[in-house]
Amino acid sequence: MTRDMVFSRFERFWHWSQAALIIHLIMTGFEVNGAYEFYGYERAAELHRFNAWLLLGLSVFAIFWHFISGEWKQYIPTTDKMRAVLRYYTLDIFKKDSVHPFKMTPLVKHNPLQRIAYSAFNLMILPIIWVSGLLYMYYNDWPDIGMENVPLALVAGIHTAAGFAMLVFLIVHVYMIFTGKPLMRYLKAMITGYEDSHD
Amino acid sequence: MPYRVTLALLVGLILAAPGAAWASGTKSTADHGKFEQLKGPFKSGPEVTAACLECHTEAASQLHKTTHWSWAFISPITGEELGKRNVVNNFCVATATNWPRCTSCHIGYGWDDDSFDLSQETAVDCLVCHDTTGTYKKYPAGAGHPAYVDKTFPPNNPNGEMFEAVDLGKVARSVGRTGRDTCGACHFTGGGGNGVKHGDMDTSLIDPPRALDVHMSPDGEGFTCATCHNPDGHDVPGSRYAPTARDTAGFDTPSAVYKSHATCESCHGTEAHAAHPKLNDHTDKVACQTCHIPEYARGGFKTKMWWDWSTAGTKVDGQKVVKDADGYPLHDVKKGDFRWQANVVPEYFWFDGRIDYTLLNETIDPQGVVEINSFSGGPHDPTARIWPFKVMRGRQPIDAEKNILAVPHLFGQDEDAFWGGGKFDWNKALRAGLRERGVDYSGSHAFVESAYYWPITHMVAPKEDAVGCNECHTTDGRLASLSGFYMPGRDSIDWLSKLGWASVALALAAVTGHALIRVFFALFHKVSQ
Ligand code: HEM
Repeated sequence: MTRDMVFSRFERFWHWSQAALIIHLIMTGFEVNGAYEFYGYERAAELHRFNAWLLLGLSVFAIFWHFISGEWKQYIPTTDKMRAVLRYYTLDIFKKDSVHPFKMTPLVKHNPLQRIAYSAFNLMILPIIWVSGLLYMYYNDWPDIGMENVPLALVAGIHTAAGFAMLVFLIVHVYMIFTGKPLMRYLKAMITGYEDSHD
Repeated sequence: MPYRVTLALLVGLILAAPGAAWASGTKSTADHGKFEQLKGPFKSGPEVTAACLECHTEAASQLHKTTHWSWAFISPITGEELGKRNVVNNFCVATATNWPRCTSCHIGYGWDDDSFDLSQETAVDCLVCHDTTGTYKKYPAGAGHPAYVDKTFPPNNPNGEMFEAVDLGKVARSVGRTGRDTCGACHFTGGGGNGVKHGDMDTSLIDPPRALDVHMSPDGEGFTCATCHNPDGHDVPGSRYAPTARDTAGFDTPSAVYKSHATCESCHGTEAHAAHPKLNDHTDKVACQTCHIPEYARGGFKTKMWWDWSTAGTKVDGQKVVKDADGYPLHDVKKGDFRWQANVVPEYFWFDGRIDYTLLNETIDPQGVVEINSFSGGPHDPTARIWPFKVMRGRQPIDAEKNILAVPHLFGQDEDAFWGGGKFDWNKALRAGLRERGVDYSGSHAFVESAYYWPITHMVAPKEDAVGCNECHTTDGRLASLSGFYMPGRDSIDWLSKLGWASVALALAAVTGHALIRVFFALFHKVSQ
């Protein structure tokens, strides 16, 4: 059995703090949206805005890191082995002793499905949430940027739609963590940084 | 930003000094007790006024130009002729023909019919505003005069309230600045009783606790009315007929150019929430009063919310007057049915400062609710903000053929007076009332429901009692009835929420299904081993 460091300390810190911030942003955001009452509007909105700044800060930091380290290349979509991966999740995973067609290495951390999903996350969901969220935050200054005739409902709606996309992403993402064999394999990797090679 | 904060502090300091002086009563350079002219004795109010005018030569002519005197006000926005002389309200309806009773709140003497000469200088009543002894009271039906001999109100009624003869000389020698009590003598009891009309003004403001009025309380800033309504040459700013719905000028720096201090912004600026900057994002759309006056009629007195004239003239179970447990009349044979309320949450509307009145000759819809006054403004008007209002509702007489508001002749002993010789005959009272205003009564009357909107601006609570975010940013909060704008916490886009939660449910179903199939096959493989 070999032990390879796949997720550096920075990546793990980034992943888990982003996870915590996003979960809390979903909680507070959908409270503002009126789904339920937990903090009460005032506190929820305050925490949401505060968390939003933390997420923005973290993202700036992460983008910087990905460019300097070249790790952004991990997310370039590819069709290589895509069929096999799709076949694995829809059929082979149910078979006895089946093995994931993709092997995680420090050089290639994400399978082709992950690359597509994470790129959508990084290039669509997050930027839409940032831009709409910042506009939402600075609603009072809209006249200064020529937006006085844009209804707030439009920006709030785009932000909420992206919030729903985030929630759907989170649900599937959390489930996928537990599709490893053994069950805790992926979770362990993101906690310890090491991928135990079982083959 | 720091520049603005510094400016705010600076201006605050400059303003705080005169503010405190007002509050404690500035030291005068004259002792009226030493004036030869005020030795007296005086037989009547006008004699005192004549003495005042010997030194204060311009006072009467200054007052003659004010609404306090003329009871007439031409709206600078709509051009409508307003003022007590002209408007029809849904309390005692109108002043015409009822002068001697109504003008006990006029700053003059002798307005007992329409022929009153508004140019007389000695008819100005100086004492009602400048008395400091608390002994000067206008007699309720005295056309503005106080009681010169002891008498009761109602007259010759041993059970009535006693009005003792006033010592005019003593009052004249003790004159000073106006106070909460002198302004309040009329403004706290408008509509014929304590707190009846405004809801945000009643006698509790004479010595209010801090929780009731943070500015006027001796434990707060100790303001008098004139601290904000600071007169210039007897002209008092801050008109309800032409309010400033949004003051964008902000701080009112003391300068040679006279300007009203009557808006909150003239002392607090337009961004007064340094500790809670999010609140400053609201000041362009939400009037200060909306958050800082959580309820009105908070001083322990009820305000009148409903007056139904249609039941006037009838007794209830043989009783002329029926009162509630707190002593407020619910029915009065002279006036009809009332409803009263204390600690009232205001109603909220967009308001841009323009008010339109339904005046006497305007055609009304007898089936609808007549808006005694209505106003314009909406979420996208730069001058409009959300304001709190007391809405006085009731039912009042109309000329049923002409479909116009009708005004009754109520007060007096004559043949036509509703409360006098007319013996509750609406036709007589309305014919006489309308005749006085130059209108021929058709002979048939009916009652229409009406609503009168009173902007709420007094009884400002300490900041810790201000209305919190959650009271509006929620689905059925204080602003539930206002539409046409998106407000977070209150609004969401229905189809988007449905679509969104459906996708979330679908995602959950998909992963659960996948997990179940995995569990099923895992068991199957185990069993088949
Ligand atoms: C995972 C990330 C996020 C999620 C799921 C999320 C979700 C939501 C949702 C559902 C709402 C309620 C919208 C409405 O009902 O009108 C909301 C409100 C808001 N969001 Fe986000 N959001 C996220 C991140 C952000 C970010 C990054 C920003 C700013 C850069 C932001 C700024 C705001 C603001 C200003 C509001 C309005 C809150 C208020 O009432 O003051 N959000 N968010």
